[in-house]
Amino acid sequence: MSLYRKDNQFPAPRAFMAHIRRAAVFWAVFGHVLMVSLVLMPGTAHAVVEIDITKGNVEALPLAITDFASKDDIGAKIASVIADDLKRSGLFAPINKAAFIQKITDPNLSPRFEDWRVINAQALVVGRVTAEADGRLRTEFRLWDTFAAEQLIGQQFFTQPENWRRVAHIIADAIYEKLTGEKGYFDTRVVFVSESGPRNDRKKRLAIMDQDSANLRFLTQGDDLVLTPRFSPSRQEVTYMSFANGQPRVYLLQLETGQREIVGNFPGMTFSPRFSPDGQKVIMSLEQNGDANIYTMDLRSRKTTRLTNTTAIDTSPSYSPEGQQIVFESDRGGRQQLYVMNADGSNQKRISFGDGSYSTPVWSPRGDLIAFTKQSGGKFSIGVMRPDGSGERILTTGFHNEGPTWSPNGRVIMFFRQPAGAAGPQLYSIDLTGYNEERVQTPEFGSDPAWSPLLK
Amino acid sequence: MNLLMSVSRNPLVLGLAVALALSGCASKNSLPNSPGELGLAANGAAPGSQQDLTLNVGDRIFFDTDSSAIRTDSAATLDRQAQWLAKYPNDAVLIEGNADERGTRAYNLALGARRAAATRSYLISKGVSAARIKTISYGKERPVAVCDDISCWSQNRRAVTVVRGASS
Repeated sequence: MSLYRKDNQFPAPRAFMAHIRRAAVFWAVFGHVLMVSLVLMPGTAHAVVEIDITKGNVEALPLAITDFASKDDIGAKIASVIADDLKRSGLFAPINKAAFIQKITDPNLSPRFEDWRVINAQALVVGRVTAEADGRLRTEFRLWDTFAAEQLIGQQFFTQPENWRRVAHIIADAIYEKLTGEKGYFDTRVVFVSESGPRNDRKKRLAIMDQDSANLRFLTQGDDLVLTPRFSPSRQEVTYMSFANGQPRVYLLQLETGQREIVGNFPGMTFSPRFSPDGQKVIMSLEQNGDANIYTMDLRSRKTTRLTNTTAIDTSPSYSPEGQQIVFESDRGGRQQLYVMNADGSNQKRISFGDGSYSTPVWSPRGDLIAFTKQSGGKFSIGVMRPDGSGERILTTGFHNEGPTWSPNGRVIMFFRQPAGAAGPQLYSIDLTGYNEERVQTPEFGSDPAWSPLLK
Repeated sequence: MNLLMSVSRNPLVLGLAVALALSGCASKNSLPNSPGELGLAANGAAPGSQQDLTLNVGDRIFFDTDSSAIRTDSAATLDRQAQWLAKYPNDAVLIEGNADERGTRAYNLALGARRAAATRSYLISKGVSAARIKTISYGKERPVAVCDDISCWSQNRRAVTVVRGASS
């Protein structure tokens, strides 16, 4: 039996104390009567059901997600989180439970496939939640290909009961990956700026929540203006900009301890920070006498390195996933445009040449695209282009869209939208294809979202 | 009356806005900055105070879109500020650079800084000691006027001179 331990790398003082153990399971060990032909080594199933997500407007795959068997409502709640995750991706269409013919009472028995085929459920998710003697929650689930009558996944998870939503997200990720061939992005969080109060006196607080808006907590209390938080790719840290003590500077915030510190000892305003892909450096802009240039600081050695040297505004730096190149915006040629340079600052090249101005570039975690904000004709758009500047596509246009951030699989972009009028900004997500735009719920106004890597 | 919407965090400026509204002579494109323009008599502001600067000299200048160039009307205001600062050599000032909301966040922080730096340079060129002038940028984070057209945006593209008391 191959068990592996999955240590949680994202513990935090209160709600985030997750200790999830993830186990690939040979179902026969449960002692249930299973048909031999159903026992499949995880990973060996050859799925007939799969989604081609390389096309533009994908037809969502209908699947049935049954309430997991449990003594209380936890099984239904887990099924609901899984269904919501998959539905929000735009790639799946969970079937209304009222249409289900078979009631799953024992998820370890082979389902009656014909009952699921007749309602056009291409895939079937079943599971069970039980309490272990030590109080932990044990969640088993299986994904079935109903037309091939094959089990695609069988896994079980152990966790503290309060972490049940993470189990649901991990299961949704497993289903997403199995059926699309790409990594999922549901077991992730979003850090953003939560805004309240009138437009000319906004209170801004850093906030963190699960990607489905659950488990929100505030990281700062609104005494200081805070902007542009970004996740560390490797540690429980956020870098952001704060006006604390009247000194606009880039900060680091430890999520577990709440400890914060200024990054570096720079003689002017530092802003627009982001981590390097290995998490060892913060890259940012330093403003001096009205010029802004790009610097890095190594978090171990504290050494700072200057990468650009202009009398212009060079800002919004973002590394390529391998860390060898950096995209940034500069108005050195007049209006803001996107430039790419090597990680040491050499070979600076303009890549954006369309109408209008381009800013806030962010390199996709897949490396193939750069997302940006574009201002043109009085409108603000979110778009993507290849790292050489070709293939520009606009995903959404309106009064004011700004600040894209990528899901860790490079499939979905989150951004904020400020409508005209008195209301404040809100978070939205949109598929890379430009389809499936969805509002991301926040209790107050929201801006400057940053998507975390997949949790560990 | 866009000015009625421009509620500032500075109550003095709010007072100014209300006074303007009552006088009925508000111009959309160039805000009056001095008591002469306002048609007001000199007031009882304490000499050398922020209120004195705001009401009797003009505490702010405005910029064109994406620009940090000091306009002719702004130069006149800054000339008065330089004369005023010469009268009160113990006062230090903070110049707050701001941008309108029609830009992205990081760029606007830098643009506000550029405007504050241009304002500082101008005052230095008029004889104000560099040591007396500090700058900060709030980017697009501190709009004073909150409508969605140029009448507000042009008020938000500004540099405000704030008296910080005795310079150290």
